[in-house]
Amino acid sequence: MDWRPGAEMPTLRARAALLATVREFFAARTVLEVETPLLCCDTVTEPAVASYAITGEPRRFLQTSPEYAMKRLLAAGSGPIFQISRAFRAGEAGPRHNPEFSLLEWYRPEFDHNQLMSEVAELVTACLGRPSYSKISYRELFREVLNIDPFTADVSQLRSVAGNSLDVSFDSADRDLWLDLLLSHLIEPALVERGVCFVYDYPPSQAALARLGYSDGVEVGHRFELYVDGMELANGYFELTDARQQRLRFSEDNKRRLQAGLPILPLDERLLSALQSGLPECSGVALGLDRLLMCQLGKADIREVLAFDWTRC
Amino acid sequence: MANHSTNEFRSGLKVMLDGDPCSILDNEFVKPGKGQAFNRVKMRNLKSGRVWERTFKSGETLEGADVMDRSMEYLYTDGEFWYFMEPDTYEQHQADAKAVEDALPWLKEQDTCEVTLYNGTPLSVAPPNFVELEIIETDPGLKGDTASGGNKPATLTTGAIVKVPLFLSQGEVIRVDTRTGEYQGRAGKS
Repeated sequence: MDWRPGAEMPTLRARAALLATVREFFAARTVLEVETPLLCCDTVTEPAVASYAITGEPRRFLQTSPEYAMKRLLAAGSGPIFQISRAFRAGEAGPRHNPEFSLLEWYRPEFDHNQLMSEVAELVTACLGRPSYSKISYRELFREVLNIDPFTADVSQLRSVAGNSLDVSFDSADRDLWLDLLLSHLIEPALVERGVCFVYDYPPSQAALARLGYSDGVEVGHRFELYVDGMELANGYFELTDARQQRLRFSEDNKRRLQAGLPILPLDERLLSALQSGLPECSGVALGLDRLLMCQLGKADIREVLAFDWTRC
Repeated sequence: MANHSTNEFRSGLKVMLDGDPCSILDNEFVKPGKGQAFNRVKMRNLKSGRVWERTFKSGETLEGADVMDRSMEYLYTDGEFWYFMEPDTYEQHQADAKAVEDALPWLKEQDTCEVTLYNGTPLSVAPPNFVELEIIETDPGLKGDTASGGNKPATLTTGAIVKVPLFLSQGEVIRVDTRTGEYQGRAGKS
């Protein structure tokens, strides 16, 4: 029986040092470290994110990120907070995914997404020693790499761009599916040469928990992603604070779940009540620490930076 | 045949795709954090030998292919078919020229080959990794020249042409690595 760790000891020492660097970074900025429960009665409704449910009464879910609980702290007046925790996403295993992973999540009241991107860049500099970075909007990125406008192109155009360079087994009327395919298969490889790069202002259908705004004549979600050498490292929002809007989006998620044959999930009423009582204007971001360590050490497979990956535990 | 979901796709799994049996070589899970999940799958069409990549939505399924690898003894050829026998059951299978194409330069009677059966019929034949074959034609051996490092072409009983050291002569039996086509040594002296 192979009982040994998949990561080498120097890697595990680098992991410990990285955690210390992150804590130092936030201590210097007086951002409060918090801990919130991993097992909660509610979980994300997003159809593309699957949670593990724990049997028992009442049923509880391993959290896919500590977002909802942290927003309740913000609504209760915590001020800026960060958390280093484990997060769980069912079925996500591969060279860049482990179903259980380490997540750094932080929130900054009074920051918009641009201010938060700057702070993320500072953290990357502290951890990777790479101060130079660039920013490009989601729309501009698709125009540059694929010569297509992701906000206006219809399904048949997206499908034909995909068909030019990929052999795809499925067809779909879902625009976002094609956008996700193009992003992961054709755009991400083109991001390799851009080094540290933020992509921002996503289509409203992919806004998740970000507020909407206008840019370049179209409605956008004020969401951003950080890529380092083509690998997605962080996802952030200028947070939606409107409880009514948020309830609508959760319900929309459930509609899409129903169409996809997935179980309907109850809405997190505690989060919605917190939003109702008043979430301060803020931005928040979640960053994958295992991937940050991969970047730091130049490892291509997440299994090399985990003591015991999914296949060893 | 059972259906297999993308999360069961593993190297070596045989599935049906567009009516042809295919072998999965590699399966990579790809997913934008907030987006939908895909599996980028490298596969080989077992009929044409073509290797390519196809992207599936995670959770899609493919039917398993009735493909089996069996060790069999090569018996003989009648010019049209090549006959192989299962050692335990003595059951014989006839393979056509297309199935034995790659194995042909190394096929020696009584050697054990790996025969891939698709719906019970040989689809391809892999020779043993090492075979021992007799040299039927080569330039005369330079006696004692075991040090110069030079080589010369030698034709073997199967018709394969292999580069061998200068000291070897016609009638000698040599050991060849069928994966590279390289001379390994005199038979029995490995």
